[in-house]
Amino acid sequence: MKKVFVTLLFCLLIVGITFSAAAKTTTLTFWTFQELHQQFLEKEVARWNENNPDNQIALEATVYPYDQMHNKLLIALQSGVGAPDIADIEISKFANYLKGNTPQLVAFNDVVDPLMGQMIKARFDNYSKNGNYYGIPYHVGATVMYYNTELTDQAGVDIDDIVTWDDYVAAGQKVKAATGKPMTTVEVTEHWSLYPLISQIGSDIFAEDGSIILDNEKNERVLTFLDDLVHKYDIAIPTPGGFHHSEEYWAFMNDEGAASLMMPLWYMGRFVQYMPDLKGKMAIRPLPVWEEGGNRSAGMGGTGTVVTIQSDHKDLAKDFLVEAKLSVEASHKLWTELGFDPVRWEVWDDPVMSESNQYTDYFKNEDIFGMLLDIKDEINPTMITEQYPQAIDLLKKNVSFKVIKEQSETPAEALKEAADELRQ
Amino acid sequence: MKSIKNFYQKFINSKKVAPYIFVSPFIIVFLVFYLYPIISTIIMSFQEIGFGEAEFIGLENYKKLFNVHYKNALLTSTNYTFWTILILVPLPILLAVLLNSDKTKFKNFFRSAIFMPALTSVIVAGMFFRYAFGEQASTLANSLIGLLGIGPITWLQDSIPAMIALVILCVWRWLGVNIIYFLSGLQGIPDAIYEAADIDGANSWDKFKYITIPSLKPVIIYVITISVFGGYKMFAESYAYWQTATPNDIGMTIVSYIYQTGFNNFNMGFASAIGITLLLIVLVVNLIQLNLFGLFKKED
Repeated sequence: MKKVFVTLLFCLLIVGITFSAAAKTTTLTFWTFQELHQQFLEKEVARWNENNPDNQIALEATVYPYDQMHNKLLIALQSGVGAPDIADIEISKFANYLKGNTPQLVAFNDVVDPLMGQMIKARFDNYSKNGNYYGIPYHVGATVMYYNTELTDQAGVDIDDIVTWDDYVAAGQKVKAATGKPMTTVEVTEHWSLYPLISQIGSDIFAEDGSIILDNEKNERVLTFLDDLVHKYDIAIPTPGGFHHSEEYWAFMNDEGAASLMMPLWYMGRFVQYMPDLKGKMAIRPLPVWEEGGNRSAGMGGTGTVVTIQSDHKDLAKDFLVEAKLSVEASHKLWTELGFDPVRWEVWDDPVMSESNQYTDYFKNEDIFGMLLDIKDEINPTMITEQYPQAIDLLKKNVSFKVIKEQSETPAEALKEAADELRQ
Repeated sequence: MKSIKNFYQKFINSKKVAPYIFVSPFIIVFLVFYLYPIISTIIMSFQEIGFGEAEFIGLENYKKLFNVHYKNALLTSTNYTFWTILILVPLPILLAVLLNSDKTKFKNFFRSAIFMPALTSVIVAGMFFRYAFGEQASTLANSLIGLLGIGPITWLQDSIPAMIALVILCVWRWLGVNIIYFLSGLQGIPDAIYEAADIDGANSWDKFKYITIPSLKPVIIYVITISVFGGYKMFAESYAYWQTATPNDIGMTIVSYIYQTGFNNFNMGFASAIGITLLLIVLVVNLIQLNLFGLFKKED
């Protein structure tokens, strides 16, 4: 009797195992440093599971602090164990993970190449090496100018008349005279003022062959311009708190501290979240140009989602990410839920992109995406090399700080010093 | 079966083996978590490290040490160590004497109040201090100096105020701990000595100078030694104020530099080389310090 019972139990077990294999739920682990990304991908998993009943995914997502996540992932990849299937890597850290001859990330070319016609390719190039794409971007990060129209109106400035940076300076002087407030703020402990302008003017930190051009004439012109905004024209101040993500700045700006701000489009979320009092006053416009006909934007920042070679489900993870971040539906949600400008520009003029949501309600623009569509071809790619993390470090810590805040070096000296350090 | 058990009992109970078993936890922890990492750090400091690949590059990493950031880090750490010791030895002695005196009221309250900060996490406390040292006129630090008629200061973007902010955070956190050390030292001084001094007509200052301080010397040496270590290995305070990038290195300590090089820029070899120099620096500073206090002199 006992024997029969045991046999029966055994059979049941076998059936149970086969049955659960048939339902096929694959667990994918995901590390990120941004809770919004986790929430977004979890919703995307639900959508995937609806569409793929026989290929279910369970996402095990963990949100770590920014630094901790990048370090943990680096160590896991370096030691060869413990990495997740999917991870977010921020752009300024990405090069660390492509160091050496044995990339620890899986190339996306087979799934991404067919879509490239509808994508902003420059954003994929940021996460590529030797022609292989290792990361899937969330957004374009088009840099734009945010104007506080209440202040510009007070000064009699029409922001649509601001075409060149010279116009911008003239408008700034009017604003300063009429309101006593600075036209803008310049970051001194991060790089979101200097680097977008460097890219916009058609220069970069590295040339295409990887050599360092940080101290070229164009960059000197950009840094001199930023310095002049503060010290010559007297229409800008160093950002309170040092950078545009500091609590000091948010308090300052929310209190109508400055009339405008240059940041990428993803900064919209910060306005909505941290500067509620400016609701209905802010308008978004393309950047003023350096020369007539010049670029009116620059692609900045970003996060590449990667699949690690330690994953047991590489193909599934890749398919899922393409669906969750690049498909038409996903692109719509990136805008409506996260306020990101999706890299699939093809969807930018879809009706859903101009429907009202928390972002369109906040800003005075009629059609944010119409404007983006206008400037989509005016975004230069940025060159990223192994030294990129170090270069960004230097931009953050030394270059603008020494010139604009400490005033201990001239623009040329500061750029040369940083460039020389990178050349060593 | 029985013989195995017998052997086992004999083995465990034998006077030769038992001591080794008792110290083995420490030995194992030491070997795995201290000696192995030290040796592997030394090896890594001569290597260029990639993913699963390591290449020996001789002294390249050490040559890179001659750069301005390393110099800045070294200066910041040394400055910080100097100022923290300068404050965190005399001040706790003074407070310990007060707290030890019979005349002080609410002693227990003050003892626990002063000790409390040591129990908080540096990061949590650092968040508070980060905001307290914000640059608007309304922050805590700027309001306080405003009372003295000094204008608002950009605390965390200027080297001297930044050092002050670091030292204040350190003093706030470690004052209570050092007071505990000195209190225990004070309680070890026999009352008879003070009574004898009273009879000889010594005043309070004389008693402090000729009895208290000399009796506390071993504690003082101990506190200075751990403060040298603590000062040079400081990282969390700097991280709390500036995360990983401090403008123009004003708050970057040697350990922050290791962290940035190793993790932020993924240059493990160079980071290891910096780590080795830190070990040597702390060793040398402590040897000099202990030598000055005469710790290596033979007892007469």
